[in-house]
Amino acid sequence: MRSLKAVLLMLVFLLPLSVQAALEIRITQGVSDAIPIAIAPFVVEGAAAAPQRVGDIVMADLGRSGRFSPLSRDKFAQPDPRPENVDLFAWRNHAIDYLVVGKLIDNGGDSFNVQFQLFDTGAGRQLAGYNIPASSADLRRAAHQVSDLVYEAIIGERGAFNTQVVYVTSKKGVRNAYALQVADSDGYNPRTILRSKSPIMSPDWSPDARNIAYVSFENNRSAIYVQDVTTGKRHRVTSKPGINGAPDWSPDGTKLALTLSESGTPQIYVLNIATRKLTRVTNDRAINTEPVWMPDGETIVYTSNRTGKPQLYRIPASGGRPQRLTFEGEYNSAPAVSPDGKKIAMINGDGGRFRVAILHLDTGETQILTKGRLDESPSFAPNGSMIIYATTEGGREVLAAVSDDGRVHQTIVLEEGQVREPDWSPFLN
Amino acid sequence: MIYRLLGILLVGVIAAGCAGNKPKPETTIARGDTGPDTSAASSGTQIGGGNASAMEAGAGDGMLDPFSDPASPLSKNIIYFDYNSADVEDIDIVNAHARYIAENPSARVRLEGHADERGTREYNVALSEQRAYAVKQLMLFQGVRPQQISIVAYGEERPVVYGHDEASYRENRRVEIVYESK
Repeated sequence: MRSLKAVLLMLVFLLPLSVQAALEIRITQGVSDAIPIAIAPFVVEGAAAAPQRVGDIVMADLGRSGRFSPLSRDKFAQPDPRPENVDLFAWRNHAIDYLVVGKLIDNGGDSFNVQFQLFDTGAGRQLAGYNIPASSADLRRAAHQVSDLVYEAIIGERGAFNTQVVYVTSKKGVRNAYALQVADSDGYNPRTILRSKSPIMSPDWSPDARNIAYVSFENNRSAIYVQDVTTGKRHRVTSKPGINGAPDWSPDGTKLALTLSESGTPQIYVLNIATRKLTRVTNDRAINTEPVWMPDGETIVYTSNRTGKPQLYRIPASGGRPQRLTFEGEYNSAPAVSPDGKKIAMINGDGGRFRVAILHLDTGETQILTKGRLDESPSFAPNGSMIIYATTEGGREVLAAVSDDGRVHQTIVLEEGQVREPDWSPFLN
Repeated sequence: MIYRLLGILLVGVIAAGCAGNKPKPETTIARGDTGPDTSAASSGTQIGGGNASAMEAGAGDGMLDPFSDPASPLSKNIIYFDYNSADVEDIDIVNAHARYIAENPSARVRLEGHADERGTREYNVALSEQRAYAVKQLMLFQGVRPQQISIVAYGEERPVVYGHDEASYRENRRVEIVYESK
């Protein structure tokens, strides 16, 4: 009986855990000065039909960024632009600044090449041209790489389309209600990496994008785990009495900042992952939690209610005197630091509304970015251009993203369940 | 049946025992499907998970178990809190449980702290722990030994009501007294 049970469990292990969720991304607010760009359908060579419509994926990516205004195909200056017949004058005369043409070449044996050229029609020259080899399973990734290269050639900063997002889902009244999922940054290819009856919280990507740290409440207690995203192997890194929460990887990937309450109140600690050595960072009787590292790896920003209400503070990772950072609004928490370390995204609570805000560290100014009522969990894209966060829409928890200047807004709706606590991956190399 | 139950528990124990190095995410699934769990009150591994009033653990013929007797404060196991507050108002309920636990040295309770959905998640975990600590403190005053109480702070992760209004929030700001053994 026991061995049969074991076999059954093995079968459960081997079942693919992916969930193909229908997905909708809506740009709820764009910018009027978005750059006009035409992206031609990629010409398919060597096969009857394309396994992925590369041009459509690139168009969706660039449109989603809010910085571009992709031209609908019925407004093209040439009906069927392809690498051989590009007429840059025609595009320039239509005030289309940029044109992307490309090919998807099927070499047989599940080997493809994605080739594209980006033209600056005004200057009459090619800005970029690349050839990306890919398997059929990699074609969406290759398309996101095209988007990244186009974005970088025009905007001058690295694109973050070929990245992923981890988030937590839950369903009401379901047995294994909680799941940790990883999806491409456009919401496609969602897959479940952990499923549980008990809550899962606070996922955080390691800087090399190989591991995710998270909190799990298995067996009625909290513990922090680190899980290899590819193999699914995981280990428990802390399971102290009380709170084990809010893990955040140090920029060099060797340490986790985290919250433990074994001393009686929640305090910030740094855990050296290899040696398991714990160093206490904060030392008072207040609630101290939600630690995040500054890019220098020397400083930690966190939430504390030491003045009565939650506000953000900065403290050396080795301990020391906390310095208060936020003064506007009665509630500032859940910090996320921009990749350049100049801005902090956070949740600003005022008058019963909780919205995503940016704290500019140079001026100390606070800028509200969103219009939600219960926004949570901001996380920067690795190029700093967008902030993904959790919000509610019609009573449902959904993900949304906003540009770092608050001008571009989008909502990401997964097919079912509540979706929350997004963390945007680092660049995938 | 006993063997089968043992087997299931063993799988759970093995899964838990591997936690140091080997476990895969699937262990959680296995554990979730078979192992002890908060909602497993009906399996007999735990008593009093969720609403104690739902239990039919009659103490004897003709005598009502105080945990299921609506007239007894022991039949209630949820303490509610004001917004942003860890002040215990239902002291009678807490004291009734505390006296029982103090008089029964083998009794073990888990105090599960919860918050409403407003504010950020990890901060709410911290708030909900303060509520559970406040209840624990009152119980210690009544002579409960510290090792009889464990605390888990769920923050806003386990709402009992999903609405986004004050009536729902009030239901969710709570500490649940869950008996691991009576």
